[in-house]
Amino acid sequence: MSTYRGAKREISFTVNGERRTVRAYPIERLLDVLRQQLSLTGTKEGCGEGECGACSVLIDNELVDSCLVPVAQVEGASVVTIEGLAADTRFHALRDTFLECGGAQCGICTPGMILAAIDLLNRKPIPTMEDIREGLSGNLCRCTGYVQILEAVAEAARRTVIR
Amino acid sequence: MRSDPSEYEFVIAASLREAVQLLSEQPKAWMPIAGGTDVMVQLAWGALRADRLLSIWNLPELRAIEVLGEEIRIGAGSTYTDVRRHQIIAREFPLLSLAASWTGGIANQNRGTLGGNIVNASPAADSLPALLAYEAELILASAEGERRVAYLDFHKDYKKMELGPAELIRAICLKPRFRKYVSYARKVGARSAQAIAKVSIAALGRVEKDKVAEARIALGSVAPIPIRLRETERVLVGSRLDAQTMARARKMAVAESRPIDDIRSTARYRAAVVENLVAEFLETLAAAQSDE
Repeated sequence: MSTYRGAKREISFTVNGERRTVRAYPIERLLDVLRQQLSLTGTKEGCGEGECGACSVLIDNELVDSCLVPVAQVEGASVVTIEGLAADTRFHALRDTFLECGGAQCGICTPGMILAAIDLLNRKPIPTMEDIREGLSGNLCRCTGYVQILEAVAEAARRTVIR
Repeated sequence: MRSDPSEYEFVIAASLREAVQLLSEQPKAWMPIAGGTDVMVQLAWGALRADRLLSIWNLPELRAIEVLGEEIRIGAGSTYTDVRRHQIIAREFPLLSLAASWTGGIANQNRGTLGGNIVNASPAADSLPALLAYEAELILASAEGERRVAYLDFHKDYKKMELGPAELIRAICLKPRFRKYVSYARKVGARSAQAIAKVSIAALGRVEKDKVAEARIALGSVAPIPIRLRETERVLVGSRLDAQTMARARKMAVAESRPIDDIRSTARYRAAVVENLVAEFLETLAAAQSDE
């Protein structure tokens, strides 16, 4: 067991498939380390208290709010941010359908919405509208009124399943 | 204002034994942190009343869900997602499964833990009415060993509980014997996900030969701690579920709850909701009885 106070320490974890080591206070938020140290600014800060989902990332394939994760707790884990989805065909489908359906307006919630949608499709490749509503229920949007976002995810699921 | 991360000590326990050892050497010095869904929010608000944090997130000893003899033992570090995905819990303890499903959103369910929900001790905590209804037992661990306490006796008053400074909740134990009971639960809030309950209910009932044989009604957000409506239950047990009994029970439920005005609702609205929820539970119970 190691103790530390007022001291940064080295924390290593995988980000978007790449091994990274950062120096940070252990209780720094994963969100801040991603944005400020690793320049992964696709992850947004909304409420900073786990209510809005703008800072959603995947840790070891589970959706989490990165504003609530002390960075020391991801030592050895695998983190995926919006930037890490570029090679995922479902990401491309979601990007297209968000544009077509009007699912993105100001854009602050969009990366979190996409992460939540990817997490949902990982668990349920053929989601019902109820599944989509539940899967995205932790992500708030103040522009769209949600209908367009839900439709975008439903349409992306249809396209990726046919493929 | 947000707290300064350089002012905090943060230790990751390698095992439950190591965690309770540290707590016993320096009681009151450390605040345990699991998934951070409450502690990190307090940190964000600058309201964290501790500067030394002990991470117990993902300790295997705290995350197992096991069937042991006559009971199911849910490790206190099990997440809401763990609880929701467990087939036996879904089948035997639907009130708990349901409560887990309407806590926060998926991201919160992946990090929030059942033990954390208990020790955070919010009167609005989603899982606690279910634990009151099932009469869960808690296993508390310390360096000296373990002890069991009834969850009914655990929360004493607002944020006051039967937990020593060197103790951690190790597990939540439930006895699967409620399959023949009628289960009823609702969370009344502004929104189904990510909202804190204005009033919540978890209730179990059983009717035998036209009379209520057993009734357990637990409410959240209507008192400093989640409560069982003992007097209302007494009104019901042994009675037929006729209009008169139902009216008496509804009235007693309102008398027994102590709601307040706050940012989320008013005492008056909450009292009306309590009455309606108890009525709906009793109608559900009566309907199930006539189905038989």
